[in-house]
Order: sequence, then structure tokens, then C-alpha cells
Amino acid sequence: MPTSDELKLRIEQALPGAHVIVEDLTGGGDHFRAKVVSNRFDGLSRIQQHKLIYDVFGDEVGGPIHALSIKTQTPGDGR
Amino acid sequence: MTNQEIRTFIENAVKENRVMLFMKGTPDQPACGFSMRASGALNALGVQYAALDILPDPRIREELSAVSGWPTIPQLFVDGELVGGSDIVMEMLESGELADLLGVEQPAPSDAPAPEEQPRQAPIGIENRLS
Repeated sequence: MPTSDELKLRIEQALPGAHVIVEDLTGGGDHFRAKVVSNRFDGLSRIQQHKLIYDVFGDEVGGPIHALSIKTQTPGDGR
Repeated sequence: MTNQEIRTFIENAVKENRVMLFMKGTPDQPACGFSMRASGALNALGVQYAALDILPDPRIREELSAVSGWPTIPQLFVDGELVGGSDIVMEMLESGELADLLGVEQPAPSDAPAPEEQPRQAPIGIENRLS
């Protein structure tokens, strides 16, 4: 069963320098919310930004990771 | 139905419907909170849209994700392009970008849908709004 720490680590490894917060929404290890701030998102559309995160987990999203809610932003982006 | 037929059906649905939502359940009976939020966003804007329940056959989801490259449900397409899943749809609803994209007025904040509600029970059949 994935943990929020494991998800955070894997996102950080895939996007070096990213600031990542992952919450386990239900405590059940299958519904997560990730907030990721990375300069890798510069110039990318939201779709492309979210795909970068989904790509870290491949088929696990929809499998063991039932739901992964994503919020992305770039460091210069004050949202 | 073969997988290829399902894929062709999906591709045609995206082509023929300006606003096309693939979801779990139906707009009247969403079967997942994320799908409920996405259809609720479109309802809040009062736009006409087509919706397809992906639950009746697991191959619908497999083929849809193969076509779009997007792993999760719901998926909203506008003018044949993937806009995103529920996170992106909700962000765009709040920022007014979704209203702009769809060419409608941004509703007053009180008209926004209640974001957190318990999903209702899954519907039994497919409600095909694609006719």
C-alpha cells in the first residue's frame, strides 16, 4: 500500500528541486492529494504539468492509487 | 463490440460533441465525487454537454485513456481537445477560464456547486446522451 511519504519521495526524485506536499485524504493509502511546485512546469499547460506527475506513477494511478488529486504551480506563480 | 469499435465510438463522441464529458455514472447520478464535481462545474455554467458513463464496460476506460493519454476519470474534452480531469476543471471554473473557454458568462460565486458531497449509488445502465 503506498504511503504519502513514498509518493512525495517519488515525485521529488522525478522532478529534482520540486517542493512537494502529499496528503493521504482518507488515511486508507489510496486517495491522495499532491501539491507540487516546480520550475519544470514553466511554459507547460496544466494538462502537461499534471501528466508529468501522473507519469511518475504510470498504471498505479487507477490501480493501487485509486485517486490522485493534483495541484501544480511554478515557483514564480503566486497562486 | 471490439476494442477498436469502442475506440472509434470514443473518437467520434469527442469529434461530434463540442463539450464531451467522460465520467463515472451520469450527470443525474454521478458514481464518484470527482465525476460529480466535473459535471457540477458544467451544470453551474449552464452549458449543454454530452456525457458518457465509462463504468458499464472496463474497456471504455482503457480505450479512452489510450486515446487521451490521461489516466483518470473524469475527462473533459472541448472542441476535440482534452481540457483535463476534475482538478483542472475545478481550477478553471473558479478562475473563470472554463466560462471563457465555453463562451458563457461566469456565474456569481453563490451559483458555484457545493464541492463536497457524498457520491450516490452507481447507476445500473448506461445513459447514452450521444444520439
